Amino acid sequence: MSSNLQSGDVVDGFTLGERLHGGGMGIIFRATPPPGRADLDFPLIIKVPRLGPGEPSETVVTYEVEVMVHGSLSGPHVPRFVAAGDLAVHPYLVMEYVPGRSLKEWVGKGPRPVEEVARLGAALARAVHALHLQEVVHLDLKPANVIVREDGEVVLIDFGLAHHAHFPDLLAEEFRHPMGSGPYISPEQVLGVRRDSRSDVFAIGAILYELVTATYPFGAPTSQRGLRHRLWQLPISPRRLVPECPEWLQEVILRCLEAQAVDRYASAAQVAVDLTHGEQVTVGERGRRLRRPGLGTLLKRWIMATGYEPSPLDRPSQQLATASIVLAAVATQHRNEQRFQVLREVVKRLLVSDPDRRLTCVTVIPVASELAGGREEEAGTARRIRHLVRLRNWAEPLGLPPERLSYHVIESGDPAGALLEYARVNQVDHLVIGAPPADVPMKGTFVSTRVAAEAPCSVTVVRSRAGGKDG
Amino acid sequence: MKLALLADVHANLEALEACLEHAAEQGATEVAFLGDLVGYGADPAAVLALVMARAEAGAVVVRGNHDAAVVASGAETMNKSAEAVVDWTRQQLAPPELAFLSGLPLVAKRDGICFVHASADRPADWTYLHDAVDAARSIGAARADWVFSGHVHQQALYHQAPAGHALAFKPVPGVVIPVPTRRPWLAVVGSVGQPRDGNTAACYALFDAGRATLTFHRVPYDWSVAAAKVRAAGLPEYLADRLERGE
Repeated sequence: MSSNLQSGDVVDGFTLGERLHGGGMGIIFRATPPPGRADLDFPLIIKVPRLGPGEPSETVVTYEVEVMVHGSLSGPHVPRFVAAGDLAVHPYLVMEYVPGRSLKEWVGKGPRPVEEVARLGAALARAVHALHLQEVVHLDLKPANVIVREDGEVVLIDFGLAHHAHFPDLLAEEFRHPMGSGPYISPEQVLGVRRDSRSDVFAIGAILYELVTATYPFGAPTSQRGLRHRLWQLPISPRRLVPECPEWLQEVILRCLEAQAVDRYASAAQVAVDLTHGEQVTVGERGRRLRRPGLGTLLKRWIMATGYEPSPLDRPSQQLATASIVLAAVATQHRNEQRFQVLREVVKRLLVSDPDRRLTCVTVIPVASELAGGREEEAGTARRIRHLVRLRNWAEPLGLPPERLSYHVIESGDPAGALLEYARVNQVDHLVIGAPPADVPMKGTFVSTRVAAEAPCSVTVVRSRAGGKDG
Repeated sequence: MKLALLADVHANLEALEACLEHAAEQGATEVAFLGDLVGYGADPAAVLALVMARAEAGAVVVRGNHDAAVVASGAETMNKSAEAVVDWTRQQLAPPELAFLSGLPLVAKRDGICFVHASADRPADWTYLHDAVDAARSIGAARADWVFSGHVHQQALYHQAPAGHALAFKPVPGVVIPVPTRRPWLAVVGSVGQPRDGNTAACYALFDAGRATLTFHRVPYDWSVAAAKVRAAGLPEYLADRLERGE
């Protein structure tokens, strides 16, 4: 029945409007809600899958999976889920219509500028991370499933192949051939592993690669044999195809595309941080590589791949807990070695347990004189560097490798607001901040008080023991 | 309709009351008992009084191996201490309660659901559903959209793959899991009165028939009271220890 539907038809009270899309998997119409549903005050679409005789049973199951998974998701990075029809009567999905442009519009038109790739990629990675935090792995990330809103934020669609760690996986063992899109699926997906959130990190890497080079890192194979190449083959270095691609961006892309999940970024949030702060990416061999290794190395990788074992993994949320981002708010304005020391001890305890956990050191300094002009600008830069040096000096005793560390000097007249905004945008998991010293008189609200009250994550307020002279 | 699924109460009144209260808060309008109402615990008469009142009101109740042992002539399948508890339990029960246990069916079917204590495949054999292979056999015999059972004290959910075999899933408590009917499902709801996975909280599950969802729950209850009653009744010490450790 589904393919006979047309504009004007009414399905369970929803009136079908303009037909927007008619793809292989289904048809999409605009829709208006049933009378009396004043709560649905946003534009809607209805997606009707092509089900029926002749359609593969896979389509039916992916519809069921989409209903299960999409129905469980919330937040700004997925269309609001409204209703689903009974599979036996009217299979359909009603959801929010998301205005924006498909990421497809950016690919296939030649290499995109670095700034644009970094901006889109970071927005994509933030959206993917939001999904992972809800125990969901998308497993079918590709430009067609990414909508870029006008404000630059990304919305992900199409959860038909997704995996939810808290639901039985209806697609597990169901179909022999790997599911997903050839250019974007991870090596472990090729082998049938469906629950690793780092598979989505691989797909982010493939999309970044495509944006930068206008080609696919591993082609667009459809056969199992062709798909297996990514278990051992290395993609052509982006910088060889597009010399303007900076080393740091190549480092990020190739790290996402590592064959072993454990060698990739541990979370999409970490990809977003690196794409937002390219200048702080530690560039290694991956970033500098221009040619693929010789036959000998490839042969070795090929032999290794015959015994390829997917990396061990936890549930997405557990995986993310060990890969979290810790923000240390260091008051470099008020240098107090004892308070610095106490803060560092707490941060150290948070970092020792997991080698995937990263530290971001942030200080907020007052805005430099608004007067433009060479001298002030120079003075402003010198001032930022001074605080950067203090941040670095604060973090040195922690002995962290550079890839686990980053430093940020933010200029703002509103320290609490700046820290909160930074924590939100960078999906910080744990914020550590010093309590005001006992001898500071209460003037309005303390920065730490407001941060603790409003932060989107856990906050530890660090205080020296009373007296505090023995530190 | 929200249906509370309670298995393996094992004469633990405190755990049963805690689960019923929790289910009522969650909006349960009906309840089904999946066998082993008695055995191990110190409150068989009080538990049966509660269950019989619910059965009177239309609740499904099926028979478990402990229920069967109490009303059977010999309890030859049980070990010695279990046998002692069976004898003790029999002495605590009045004729109407024993008659109620005798009259319980092995299997009940209603609205596409099969209720059974152990496996729907030869239910009187009390086969433990240890894995997906056992579950597939029970699903095959039940011929229902959903099979709800107990006997194994750990919560588990299985569904049948198109090829016919079953796939196992370990549910996370409190998560509303969709269980759509295109394939049969089998849930082992866990034990109300004697949890054995190292967590002392009572187990049960809530089935929402309208939405076709299943939610596994863990309900903390005052096990110290239940354990003290076991000791006061002179029942084997290890039965009290088990409640305190959830093992």
